[in-house]
Amino acid sequence: MIELKDIAITKGGRQILHDINLRIPDNEFVAITGPNGSGKSTLAKIMMGIEKPDSGMILMNGKDITDLTIPQRAAQGIAFAFQAPVSFKGITVRRLMELASKKELSKSEVCNYLSKVGLCANNYLSREVNSSLSGGELKRIEIASVLARHASVSIFDEPEAGIDLWSFKNLIDVFGELRAECNGSIVVISHQERILNIADRVVLLEDGTIKDVIKQGEKYSLFTDQIRCCKC
Amino acid sequence: MESNKDSMLDKAEARDSSNDVDVRLLDTILASKSLKDDKGLETGAHSLRKNGLSVELKSTPNVRIEKKEDHPGIDVFVRDDTPLEFVHVPVIITKGGFDDVVYNDFHIGRNAHAIIVAGCGIHNDDACNAQHDGIHRFFLDEGADVQYVENHYGEGEGSGERILNPETDVHLGKGAVLRMEMVQIKGVDSTVRTTNAELDDNATLLVTEKIMTSQKQSAKTIFNVKLNGKDSKCQVTSRSYAIDDSSQKFISNIEGNAKCFAHVECDAIIRDHGKVTSEPAITANDVDANMIHEAQIGKIAGEQLVKLMTLGLSEKEAEKEIINGFLA
Repeated sequence: MIELKDIAITKGGRQILHDINLRIPDNEFVAITGPNGSGKSTLAKIMMGIEKPDSGMILMNGKDITDLTIPQRAAQGIAFAFQAPVSFKGITVRRLMELASKKELSKSEVCNYLSKVGLCANNYLSREVNSSLSGGELKRIEIASVLARHASVSIFDEPEAGIDLWSFKNLIDVFGELRAECNGSIVVISHQERILNIADRVVLLEDGTIKDVIKQGEKYSLFTDQIRCCKC
Repeated sequence: MESNKDSMLDKAEARDSSNDVDVRLLDTILASKSLKDDKGLETGAHSLRKNGLSVELKSTPNVRIEKKEDHPGIDVFVRDDTPLEFVHVPVIITKGGFDDVVYNDFHIGRNAHAIIVAGCGIHNDDACNAQHDGIHRFFLDEGADVQYVENHYGEGEGSGERILNPETDVHLGKGAVLRMEMVQIKGVDSTVRTTNAELDDNATLLVTEKIMTSQKQSAKTIFNVKLNGKDSKCQVTSRSYAIDDSSQKFISNIEGNAKCFAHVECDAIIRDHGKVTSEPAITANDVDANMIHEAQIGKIAGEQLVKLMTLGLSEKEAEKEIINGFLA
């Protein structure tokens, strides 16, 4: 379980998050949505340790991890998929998967991860994770690298962005399998209604505060109205 | 069955008691996973040169190696239509106060296929410099296909510098292909690497060069390529890693004198006070010449480190992983 207590952060003179309180139990799928600039990605990065809050605490299974570094949080079982994946000249897809899983992987093991994101291992195993790959390919590899972590908290920052030709059904299946296999929680930053629909809870963030938390099936029409309102 | 490398070392051992150094140097410059398990390593033609002397020469039915009579060095002849043959031509230097110049010519027959593994390892514990200048010429006949692998490495505690100044002239006949994979692993204080090439119709030259420098080392590489033949192709990929107070300079002059394609790519990672200069020049002397150059120099991107840290690597481990991949 990961818990945020009174998290606040200011960047460039603007307060991005105001006293965020959020508890995500094990095996829960939480979607965080809201207008652009509402603080969603900052919140996700604070969970991973990529950004430091000005105040507040982050607890992982009751333990204070607020001051832990990124690799220390990774060791605690937190994984993170970037909205804009990073490319590497010289690091192959296979090597990236091995780094994520902390062990050497057989071809079939890499194939297993890649096929879940719609990629054929034969075409990608030896390819470098560089700019010769399309944005969509890099995005799928990024998601596969999180699957290979088998983390207890998997955070995805707008996983649907850039996956142009790949059906969302596959992505949704991936989240379902991830939850079943890892018995972990999933946090997804998303604007996509189909992703919000499968979440156990949807957290609506606006101007750096939690405006609403909707359980699956509850107040859906009201919620979509809120989203539209926020975008106006 | 003994490997070719072991065979060379056995012969070398009989001539020099400092075998540990020889083993380490040869192991470093000949190390290449893609070649280790191939039968070519066990039975292939080879020439081992140590401290300016030819220690071992071995020919095979398809590869004839002869000592030059007018200069130090060898002529390597690969017969027409040779299906695939390995040729190993390593050089090791284990003392300072030494300036070795060697002239090696490779004559590759029509439609012959060969993998040539070269390279030089220097161990210098002396106060005087140790230098090796390999002057190589490649003559590939029509349809020949050659992979040339060259590793340079230096070590030793002496104040004398370890210097390597290779010069390579390449002549590619019609449809010939030469893949050059050149790596400066570490420990070379000064190097000037010059490669000149001329390509005939449909010939292809693919060059990958990876150089690491540290401390006050300097490296300069120069590529002069003339794409004279119709549909000839050239790709030069240079990756540099310069740390401490070291400096590197990459110069390429590619001339497109016919309908041809050229792509020059120079990437460099710098750290500390490392300096890299890239001067890629492309000249199209024919309206159908298609030529591209790209150059990128900078430190390791912060987001690359962060990505690997989210996988559990420390910042130092992440940096090492990025550099290892970059220079692999």
